[in-house]
Amino acid sequence: MEALQIYWWLLIAVLGGALVFMLFVQGGQSLLLETRGSVAKNLIVNSLGLKWELTFTTLVVFGGAFFASFPLFYSTSFGGAYWLWMAILFSFVLQAVSYEFRRKSGNIYGTRTYDAFLLINGVVGCVLIGVAVGILFFGGEFTVTRGNILDGQSPVISVWASTHGLEAICSWKNLLVGFTIFFLARMNAALYLMNSIDDGQKFFDAVRIKALLNGLIFVVLFLALLAVVLTSDGYTVEENGNVVAVPYKYAINLIEMWWILAALLIGVVLVLVGYGLTAFKKEYKGGIWWTGIGTIITIVSLLCDLAYNNTCYMPSLTDPQSSLTIANSSSTEFTLTVMSWVSLLVPVVILYIWYVWSKMNAKPMTPKEIEEDSHSY
Amino acid sequence: MEDLIQVVDWSRLQFALTAIVHWLFVPLTIGISLIIAVMETIYYRTKSEKWLKTVKFWMVLFAINFAIGVATGIILEFEFGTNWSNYSWFVGDIFGAPLAIEGLLAFFMEATFFAVMFFGWKKVSPAFHLASTWLVAIGVSLSALWILIANAWMQYPVGMEFDPAQMRNVMSDFMAVATSPVAINKFFHAVTSGWVLASVFVIGVSCIIAAKGKNLQMAKDSVKVAGWIGLIGMIFTMWTGDGSAVEVARVQPMKLAAMEGLYRGEVGQELIGIGIVDEKERDVKYKIAIHKGLSILANHDADSFVPGIDDLIDGIALTPQGDTINTTSYAQRIEIGKAAQQALRDYEAARKAGDQAALSDAISRIKANYQYFGYGYFNSPEEAVPPVALTFYAFHIMVMAGGYLLLFLIVALFIVYKKPVWFDTRLARWIGILSIPVVWICSEAGWIVAEVGRQPWTIQDILPVQAAVSSVTAQSVQITFWLFAVVFAALIAAEISIMVNEVKKGSNKDIIA
Repeated sequence: MEALQIYWWLLIAVLGGALVFMLFVQGGQSLLLETRGSVAKNLIVNSLGLKWELTFTTLVVFGGAFFASFPLFYSTSFGGAYWLWMAILFSFVLQAVSYEFRRKSGNIYGTRTYDAFLLINGVVGCVLIGVAVGILFFGGEFTVTRGNILDGQSPVISVWASTHGLEAICSWKNLLVGFTIFFLARMNAALYLMNSIDDGQKFFDAVRIKALLNGLIFVVLFLALLAVVLTSDGYTVEENGNVVAVPYKYAINLIEMWWILAALLIGVVLVLVGYGLTAFKKEYKGGIWWTGIGTIITIVSLLCDLAYNNTCYMPSLTDPQSSLTIANSSSTEFTLTVMSWVSLLVPVVILYIWYVWSKMNAKPMTPKEIEEDSHSY
Repeated sequence: MEDLIQVVDWSRLQFALTAIVHWLFVPLTIGISLIIAVMETIYYRTKSEKWLKTVKFWMVLFAINFAIGVATGIILEFEFGTNWSNYSWFVGDIFGAPLAIEGLLAFFMEATFFAVMFFGWKKVSPAFHLASTWLVAIGVSLSALWILIANAWMQYPVGMEFDPAQMRNVMSDFMAVATSPVAINKFFHAVTSGWVLASVFVIGVSCIIAAKGKNLQMAKDSVKVAGWIGLIGMIFTMWTGDGSAVEVARVQPMKLAAMEGLYRGEVGQELIGIGIVDEKERDVKYKIAIHKGLSILANHDADSFVPGIDDLIDGIALTPQGDTINTTSYAQRIEIGKAAQQALRDYEAARKAGDQAALSDAISRIKANYQYFGYGYFNSPEEAVPPVALTFYAFHIMVMAGGYLLLFLIVALFIVYKKPVWFDTRLARWIGILSIPVVWICSEAGWIVAEVGRQPWTIQDILPVQAAVSSVTAQSVQITFWLFAVVFAALIAAEISIMVNEVKKGSNKDIIA
């Protein structure tokens, strides 16, 4: 059973890593704010438009997989941090129609409105997903009492603070996670655009500067976040089942699980290599591959550090005994086994996504291509 | 308690709103993706430019709907957690799996090949493009399969058992969940009704296009493809609809009684065609009925008994074999449900005290009484009765509209093949155009029957809505409800406006040229 829980957390971490990488779409949308000229905006939107559904799907599958494998997390976090998840939800609803509607005649509200929706999703989506991840590290104000299901007057088992997630949005630690992810997404977006758009040297140089600037801010925020996480208390489950706070728990985990530390270092180095090559080689276009793979590995290792080694992956600040662990929040052995068989199809899915990606992005997008395509966004 | 009721009501309203809006777009994308795939196959085989233009025209309308369908779909997934968090824990071990499988098997397929379908004309080979179009159509239906497996399980929970130690239900037989006869029937009913909806939409829009005269051939070609898919879809929809009636009679007899506004059933029960429900008098007034029709529909036996709402409350029911028996009344079910809940409390107390004898006694009482666990949340049998009038009217609107649509599709095919000149008449075109809202009303009515008719259960007999909610305030849900209402209204307005413009474009210029 424990192996299955570990395996499923690893899958969740991989999906989480893929999601954070794919948030480059949101990062790119946020770049619209400082992009001048409709041609440049259309190029960015159309290039990102090839991928927006993949990000959207990754978010949905991430949620679905979390629901299936750790349902107590789903019920506690979603049902508790109501306003946080609703804000994320609204931003993604606005995004889903904006690509298709923005330049269609008769769209009522005009292209600028839909671009504003993309911008909102770009900022809010990244930052608030980061806040939701922050709750995993720094805890939330909730209690879990399974016996409540028998209370006809108040039957809810997971009860959150009356602010329902607004308090999490106001936490500087959670916001630090949010803005780190935001600037990472913007850096990755700029690197992706350098790789996928061919609109002359001026466009390339402008995007390259965005990549370097956002990358610099990201590195500073990431180092700060790492320092905060590694010096924070974590919660662990003792042999008698009691949950206790442990100083430097996440740092201790890295020492006790060397392979996670190694993965974290590899991930960070890959991101830095992508950044460095872009900074030192003026015409270099391949930075996105380095930072993309680095992003996924870094996020996977951080999420594993968060949950393995008897660590509570979502500590309760109200009642530590209610904290969620991969052991007390998971589905049963039967369900996890069934789902594990299904997960054998993951490589097939990755393979066809990679194949289609390589076909669709084989040649960089040009303004002429958008002009000629009657279905362009 | 009052706040709990308000939270439940607003959560139900919010979920109903989202589901109704989502269902505006889902059947269209299910059906039109198939129609486009068939059209592109014709293009691939004939290499005729007119078919390429036809495919591209319908693809634009597909994409507009697909986007808004995706937008509303994610809300439903989130709402299981945000508004029904107890539900998510209590049955998440079973319910979560189909959702995750849907994402992995269907959503990634749709998302990946959607990009090829729309932007890959010059980037991939024609064969690869055709395969992508088919994979999107298959992905859309696969998505429907897994979500309907999940939905059917809520209405007919199988392959599970209750684990008192975890105070939740756990999966015991995945194949029973995935191949539940209710799920399979629901899938074919929903998907083929999507074919019908999309076909009537394509025919209606083709009538608008034909009216301008510039793309008459494209319109006729579209009617031919859509007409056949619609007719095949309608035959399957009616067949599976009949299967649904039989299954509902077996596993949700209260829903069937509400669908017919039937309070006291009898042997050789009539089927009401039209009537007005009087909930106070517990009767249907001014009705026109088919003799023994409901007995035939529900049991395939003209002389069989069909229990009404009061019969079921009194404990008169049908066995799976179709025999009438005196079984547990709803008042007794409430007692049994409360006994199951008390046994669970005793189990918890015994577990904490380490009292093995009390523990095994509690387990045996839970097992004996768990069948009616959810009734323990009620105080009176009436609480377990769904809204009768809404279910009744939705059912009868669906049946009447469905009957009309069958006729419509047959006539449309007859005209386009045998009397093409009739297609040029204003009357034929107006009938085609006005049938578009009819098919949507039919589709939404069907969904309302399925979902309102099963109230107040989130899980049939196990978990009523009041025990499934989240710990949020009624005001919070009220605010998000109105926000959703505003966003949906704004997006639907934009969507319709864009569609009208695209259809106008298709009407006013010669697409084939």
